[in-house]
Amino acid sequence: MTVSRDNSLAIYRGIKAAGVKSISALPETWLVYLLQLAEDDPDVHLIEVAKEEEAIGIAAGAYLAGQPHLLLMQNHGFLAAINGIVSLAMSYRIPLCMLIALRGHWGEPYPWHTQGGIHTEPVLRALGIPFEYARDPAKVGLQIKQALTFAQSSLSPVALLLDRELMED
Amino acid sequence: MAYGSKLTTDMKRSDCIKALYPELADRLVVTIMGACAQELYDLGDRDNFFYLQHAMGLASSIGLGLASSLPNQKVVVLDGDGSVLMNLGTLATLARYGPPNLTHIIFDNGSLLSTGGFASHTTSGITDLAAIARGAGCPKVFAADNNYQFLEACAEAFDSNEMCTIVAKVEAVGPDHFGMDIALPENAFRLKRYIKSITNHESRITH
Repeated sequence: MTVSRDNSLAIYRGIKAAGVKSISALPETWLVYLLQLAEDDPDVHLIEVAKEEEAIGIAAGAYLAGQPHLLLMQNHGFLAAINGIVSLAMSYRIPLCMLIALRGHWGEPYPWHTQGGIHTEPVLRALGIPFEYARDPAKVGLQIKQALTFAQSSLSPVALLLDRELMED
Repeated sequence: MAYGSKLTTDMKRSDCIKALYPELADRLVVTIMGACAQELYDLGDRDNFFYLQHAMGLASSIGLGLASSLPNQKVVVLDGDGSVLMNLGTLATLARYGPPNLTHIIFDNGSLLSTGGFASHTTSGITDLAAIARGAGCPKVFAADNNYQFLEACAEAFDSNEMCTIVAKVEAVGPDHFGMDIALPENAFRLKRYIKSITNHESRITH
C-alpha cells in the first residue's frame, strides 16, 4: 500500500480553498503528505499534539479567537478524543471540523486497525455527529468546504471520513 | 489521606487568585472547573473569563489555541494538579510551540478537591509537576510555595518574552458554596464576542 500523493494534494487544496488558517494534527501514515504540506505552508499554523484530545482544546481556542481551524486525526485518535468532544465542544457549542483517516475498514489488511474501523461510524452516529465519506479526489475539496461551513453554522462537531479509496494508490 | 493536609504550604489558591485579579482585567483567562472557577467568579465575573466546567486537562490546550491564534493578546490559564495529570502530554505540546503570550499557572493542592478531596499523585511531593514541566521542555518554570514567591513569579511571567509555567503549592481548601449564573454556551459566545471586539479595535488602531 502506498499513500496517494496526488489525492493528498487535492485534499490540501480543498483545506486551503475553505479558508482554513490553522490545523491541529497527530501524525499518521495516511496523513503524512498532508502534514508535510501543512508544515511547509507559511500561511497555515500547524500544531502537532501528543494525543488527539488536546486538539479539541486547541480547536476551541482557535474558534473563540475567530480563526478557521481544521483537525486532522486517525479514527483511533477520534475515539481517544471523545470526552473532549462531548464535554468541551458539544457542551459549549464549539464547532469542530474533523478530517478523520478511516483506517481499519473495507480492504484493511492490518488486524490492529480493524476494531477501530468497525466502530467509528456507529460511534459517530451515537454521538449525533454529522459525517460523510470522502472517496473522490474531484469532490473532496467541496466536501471540506461544506464540512467547515456546516460545523460553523450548526455549532457542532462534523466529520469527514477519509476513505481508503481516496488515501491509497 | 484525604484533603492532602501533609503539604507544607500555608498558601491558599483563593488568596493567589485575589492577588492576581486586577492583572486579569485585560487578559484572556481560562480556568478549570470547580473550586478554582468559583473563586475567580466570586471576585467578579468578566467577559474575558472562560470557565471550563468539565473536560479536565484541556484548559491549557484552549490556552494554547487562543495564544497562538492571537499573538497580540495575553493569555492566562488557571490549571490544577488533577487536571494537568489527566493531560500530561499538554506540557510537551506547550513546550514545543511555547507561545510567549501564555502564562500557565498550575495550582497544586495535591488533591482532587472538587470531587471528594482524594489525594492526587502530587500529594506529599511524590510527583513534582514543576520538574515534569521542566523535563517536558517548558522554557521558564517557577515553583512557588508561598505568596511572596507566587507574586514574584507572576510579575516575572507577565513581563516575560517566553511562555511561563508557574506551579503553586496551595492548601486543599475551596469555597463553601458552588453556583455560577452563566450557561456553558453563553460563556463561549461571550468570550468569542469579547475577542472579536478587542481585535476589531486593535485593527482599527493598527490601520
